[in-house]
Amino acid sequence: MSQITPEIVEQHGLNSEEYEHVLKALGREPNLVELGIFSVMWSEHCSYKSSRFHLKKLPTSAPWVICGPGENAGIIDIGDGQAAIFKMESHNHPSYIEPYQGAATGVGGILRDVFTMGARPVANLNALRFGRPDHPKMKHLVQGVVAGIGGYGNCVGVPTVGGETNFHSAYDGNILVNAMTVGVADTDKIFYSAATGVGNPIVYVGSKTGRDGIHGATMASADFGEDSDAKRPTVQVGDPFTEKLLIEACLELMATDAIVAIQDMGAAGLTSSSVEMASKGGAGIRLDMNKVPCRETGMTPYEMMLSESQERMLMVLKPGREAEAEAIFHKWELDFAVIGEVTDTGHMVLEWNGEVVCDIPLAPLADEAPLYERPYVSAEEYKAWAKVKPLGDVPESTDIGADLLKLMACPDLASRRWIYEQYDSQVGADTLQKSGGDAAVVRVHDTKKALAISTDCTPRYCYADPYEGGKQAVAETYRNISAVGGKPLAITNCLNFANPQRPEIMAQIVGCLEGMAAACQVLDYPIVSGNVSLYNESKATGGGSAILPTPAIGGVGLLADYDKSATIAFKAEGESIYLMGREFWAAPNPVRGHLGQSLWLREIHGREDGDAPPVDLTLEKNSGEFIRELIEAGLVSAVHDISDGGIAVALAEMALAGGFGAEVEAHPDYSPTAWWFGEDQGRYLLTVPDVTAFQEQLAKGTRDADTASSGVRHIGTVTGDSLFGVPLAKLRDANESFFREWMEQ
Amino acid sequence: MSFRSAVVTFPGSNCDRDLAVALEKVSGTPALRVWHGDAELPEKLDFIALPGGFSYGDYLRSGAMAARSPIMQAVAQAAGRGVPVLGICNGFQVLTESGLLPGALMRNANQHFICRTVRLSVENSQSLFTAGYEAGQALHVPVAHHDGNYFADEDTLDRLEGEGRVAFRYAETVNGSRRDIAGILNEAGNVLGMMPHPERAIEREHGSTDGRALFESAIRGLVEA
Repeated sequence: MSQITPEIVEQHGLNSEEYEHVLKALGREPNLVELGIFSVMWSEHCSYKSSRFHLKKLPTSAPWVICGPGENAGIIDIGDGQAAIFKMESHNHPSYIEPYQGAATGVGGILRDVFTMGARPVANLNALRFGRPDHPKMKHLVQGVVAGIGGYGNCVGVPTVGGETNFHSAYDGNILVNAMTVGVADTDKIFYSAATGVGNPIVYVGSKTGRDGIHGATMASADFGEDSDAKRPTVQVGDPFTEKLLIEACLELMATDAIVAIQDMGAAGLTSSSVEMASKGGAGIRLDMNKVPCRETGMTPYEMMLSESQERMLMVLKPGREAEAEAIFHKWELDFAVIGEVTDTGHMVLEWNGEVVCDIPLAPLADEAPLYERPYVSAEEYKAWAKVKPLGDVPESTDIGADLLKLMACPDLASRRWIYEQYDSQVGADTLQKSGGDAAVVRVHDTKKALAISTDCTPRYCYADPYEGGKQAVAETYRNISAVGGKPLAITNCLNFANPQRPEIMAQIVGCLEGMAAACQVLDYPIVSGNVSLYNESKATGGGSAILPTPAIGGVGLLADYDKSATIAFKAEGESIYLMGREFWAAPNPVRGHLGQSLWLREIHGREDGDAPPVDLTLEKNSGEFIRELIEAGLVSAVHDISDGGIAVALAEMALAGGFGAEVEAHPDYSPTAWWFGEDQGRYLLTVPDVTAFQEQLAKGTRDADTASSGVRHIGTVTGDSLFGVPLAKLRDANESFFREWMEQ
Repeated sequence: MSFRSAVVTFPGSNCDRDLAVALEKVSGTPALRVWHGDAELPEKLDFIALPGGFSYGDYLRSGAMAARSPIMQAVAQAAGRGVPVLGICNGFQVLTESGLLPGALMRNANQHFICRTVRLSVENSQSLFTAGYEAGQALHVPVAHHDGNYFADEDTLDRLEGEGRVAFRYAETVNGSRRDIAGILNEAGNVLGMMPHPERAIEREHGSTDGRALFESAIRGLVEA
């Protein structure tokens, strides 16, 4: 008699074709436990079935890469026997349903991905996208997400040092909460997840298993219908206090040599952790479900396997080391239970009350996993579908100062102080630069080294031109890290898109990935970890609204000596301000002074028209190297990359950070609007205290023809207390007003 | 002489390492680390520090459960014998919950966690912990807390002020604390609780070194005593 009906299969998010593969993999009908396991392992969230084919295009190696994608997090060598371990992950769907817990557990999950590999987490960042501020739910969502991130990160004692926040109506029904953690480990104390050693004990540690979050991974792999509120019970509840204990207990045990393999229980909980550990080790696994610590009575194996209760880990120990490990976990008041063993059967076997309730061959579970090469439209067809208007005529700004004031007050550029002051940014006492600059800078404890970290993506560019947008997201992290003096080493990503079954959305995915791949290649800046979040579209807000394509990038770089770094703040009256970028002023070019897709055009004229600015990757690399040389030589006192809002906004941010105004002059061959608000890529502003020494360095010449295309142009002087005729006090007030008024009204 | 200090770690403490690092950087001697479940402190301590963090996840009330840890009886006895005890942030909350200092720390007036560098003024420059400062000196020290809103009844506040037991006051609006109190001393002057984090203002790299004199004062006072 079959207990699996087509309805049950559908409820598990598997289509009929996928169910056929289940039958083939198993050679018989599954029972409910087995069906549940297949459904979560083959969900988009766990299997990357729509994106895997294209993810392979991303460069993932470099001499300094210790571990690329495929493990819990990526690992790079930072010298002196130390490694940086990092990853970014989405928690979008849960955060829309229950913002506090959704965001909090997102932070908890990414922390576990990093410390499970042996690292002490040293920095958290968050890339957030919200809908329009006047959407009825949005204030509640922003407050909840920010409080959730703070509530979790502050308690575990990992500083939240940076991130980004955007607002756009495309996120009205699907906000994005992407959390990134960076940790530091000794290279000889890195832990992987491959379960090996037949007979070795499998140990469960952390919190007990409850009924929360069952089918969270399946939920995160579907569009929101009109009943998103009814899905609230699938959102997990976080306990940062337990996480803190788990971090300390795991690191204490990791200092011994008792662990063979370790993995956190993230999405799909016990299922994905046990399946992945056994598959990676080419082993089998036997678990006694009666031994799983449960929070509630009467839980079935199905519930235990699919629960997404937080703060749990699975380990394989060396034989005979159980007592030593148990003592550490009991000291930290955490559950510890030997629940099974590694076998050589190649099967995952679950026993309950003396009976086998699941017996799945692991190889077919992986090999038969669906892989879709979903159709996508051409770049030309995409452009027609996206309906991005050509730039056309752009009126000249009538008052640069007035436009700047408006830009500095707009939601996308307003001061994020209301957000970041709710995060403990300094615990650890190693934070050298926090939110508000180009990249966060965190000292590697007890050394002169520091990590520079930045998250970036400009979704409106990605929408207008997925390929250029993908390049730009990678390049902007490269630029931000270079601007503080760090050498960019590697990135993680969080690829947020809408429904991949639509060929236009698939074109966004493919375009962005190919753009990212090109940037990684040229910049020598591989991807070492990442996460994909699809189906970010919602009918809940009326109409099938897809998010803007948002491939959020988290970049990590290294400062060998943090005394040689830069900040964005103007430092002293009288210093010279230079623009650095493509030396185009020698030959004015109509594609420069790029106003297409600019924030100025959107905020001042309400138009989202034109092409995204192109990214010249060779120039990007050379300019980054050039900037780092100037910082190292101590020839520049402030550096800021130029992004949203162009030169004018970059100047304003430098002025507000330093408390000095500036007098500046546009290039006569460009319209003032294009010069001040254009968003050409690959540019920096710098201030120079000693112009003679600076000129001498420049006169030493360039290394090659490519470097020669990067040039500097003097554009003004740090002086006074106003910019474009606007007093700094007024500019500051405008910049602070958005969150203050929105949150306090 | 060597300076024997101890930092107590409760489950959920997260500034314990930072405090130990600060003590070592200023005194030149590593701080001893003490686990909350221990019944006794190391012998002959010169200084006991209770760190910031979220002991027991702030469950029940911040500091309430840690105040009942086995080690706190030993800390109270040591304080009674005159051993200097410094509680920072959650450590201050533990001190009020254990009755070693008067008053209570309530949720910040704006209901949010607040992390930023604030201006403080030194109110009492005569204590063991503050002798390295000038009276009225302005300091820049970071705060990072959710429950830093100091409350005590009017009589207690008057007595604290009258006895010179207000060590630090906020020089700007921060968290709603009565009379802008940021740190207070016990009657004997050997127990200081404060919400700001002086251990985050020790090195040039921290952006402010205004916290350093607090540790230096205590060490110097003890060496001279």
